[in-house]
Amino acid sequence: MINYDSLLSDNVKSLKPSGIRKYFDLLETMNDGSAISLGIGEPDFVTPWHIREAGIYSLEQGYTKYTSNAGMTKLREEISKYLYRRFSLKYDPAGEIFVTVGGSEAIDLCIRSIVNPGDEVIIPVPSFVCYGPITTMTCGVPVYVETKAENEFRLTAEELRSAITPKTKALVLPFPNNPTGAVMEREDLLAISEVLRGTDIMIISDEIYSELSYGIHHVSPANIPELYDRTLVVNGFSKAYAMTGWRMGYVCGPKPILTQMLKIHQYAIMSAPTTSQYAAIEAMKNGDVDIENMKKSYDQRRKLMLKRLRDMGLTCFEPKGAFYMFPSIASTGLDSEEFCTRFLTEEKVAVIPGTAFGDGGEGFVRICYAASVENIEEAMKRMESFISRL
Amino acid sequence: MNEILKLLEEDCRYTPSELAAMTGMSEEEVRDIIKKCEEDHIITGYTTLVDWDRTDVETVTAFIEVKITPQRDDGFDRIAKRIYQYDEVESLYLMSGAFDFAVIVTGNSLKDVSHFVSSKLAPIDGVVSTATHFIMKRYKDKHRQFLVEPEQEERILFV
Repeated sequence: MINYDSLLSDNVKSLKPSGIRKYFDLLETMNDGSAISLGIGEPDFVTPWHIREAGIYSLEQGYTKYTSNAGMTKLREEISKYLYRRFSLKYDPAGEIFVTVGGSEAIDLCIRSIVNPGDEVIIPVPSFVCYGPITTMTCGVPVYVETKAENEFRLTAEELRSAITPKTKALVLPFPNNPTGAVMEREDLLAISEVLRGTDIMIISDEIYSELSYGIHHVSPANIPELYDRTLVVNGFSKAYAMTGWRMGYVCGPKPILTQMLKIHQYAIMSAPTTSQYAAIEAMKNGDVDIENMKKSYDQRRKLMLKRLRDMGLTCFEPKGAFYMFPSIASTGLDSEEFCTRFLTEEKVAVIPGTAFGDGGEGFVRICYAASVENIEEAMKRMESFISRL
Repeated sequence: MNEILKLLEEDCRYTPSELAAMTGMSEEEVRDIIKKCEEDHIITGYTTLVDWDRTDVETVTAFIEVKITPQRDDGFDRIAKRIYQYDEVESLYLMSGAFDFAVIVTGNSLKDVSHFVSSKLAPIDGVVSTATHFIMKRYKDKHRQFLVEPEQEERILFV
């Protein structure tokens, strides 16, 4: 009998399983149609038809083979044009951009291509859950920095400074942020730039929600001249074009790093899905209007949910990006886990405890507002009734 | 105003409270805008899209091309008025191109609609000819698809 436990990698075993599986299991038992899930963070739109149609057309044409490892030239050119058109970012399609399987692969590649065993990676939390485990799998050391509600969950210069050690290799900047909705504006990034001056610390900027910035224009660290050379930009099609299932992302940055990074992609992935790349070209060429329409709709629901949360007496900072609310539920006397479990059991609404996104998430819950107005209203009604009973 | 109109066009059940929250206006402002739009006939009504094919009610819809001789002074409007006042007429459009009016007519049966065309529509003074096309299936109306696709399977994932 093989003892699987003894043969598994210690690194893998050290990873914590996602704490939210139990909510899905609970949700599954409530199949009478009355349960509302505001737990999964993805657009509620279907990919615009012209983009889907471009994927279908490519299949009809028989374009079913691998592409270049870096992705199709045409797609890289369109990404380059898009980044300049929408964010004033300049990247050479030959060597400074390549296409990945979602933003997730790009994050994995960034960390794996620069981290040596023992290197520290600074990760602001609450944030999306992948940065720490990937760092651990690379034998690096995640160093978590808690952002604070009173700073609108932005990373401050002082917080960053206190986390830097001689072993710091990289800083992850996950903004606009999942789950808090926080953004980093130009002055915030300039302050970060001051702290990093004179170091060799790289920035991994996860900008998957860049198009979903409300009332402000997204600023990338790569827009700050002093940070450009030390920034790896990760972005993708999932959130902006409602293309989560297509698994299309990309990474941009200095050629010497991307050249090495491409080797990992080449060995682990080969090339991103061809059908998805054709769809992605159409998205980049003709999808600006889709982005604007969907963003407008998210913004309306953002305002609606924020008002409802505040009206029921919860403290909630106004998220300026992504599609999540991150209200404080501390006033209810429950901790995040308790709140979510009871809310789901008693009111059949799934939201995610802030603690799922790292330390600093205690006392908060994440609610996704990429849902129908009807469901948002019903969920907010149930939440108000739940809170009033506590 | 336009944002409110677009939202109401999307779903006229949105309440003033919802519309106010979504647009950042006060409820009173929203109510005023709606009232003004109703008075100015910018909002002409509120209705529900029904897929009668899923009920046991038999309905037939026809799209009728109508050619007419325009009348002196009134042009097309007088004849249009004579047509659209029939309850059977769901929509009436003045068209450019090969015919003048597109008339959408609903009835309980083919016979009903045919009878309407031959006894009411065609004899109207100024109507030169009609061509009736019966609608076989409604796939989409007012941006709403009528075929219901099965949902993607339930997923367990953390994003």
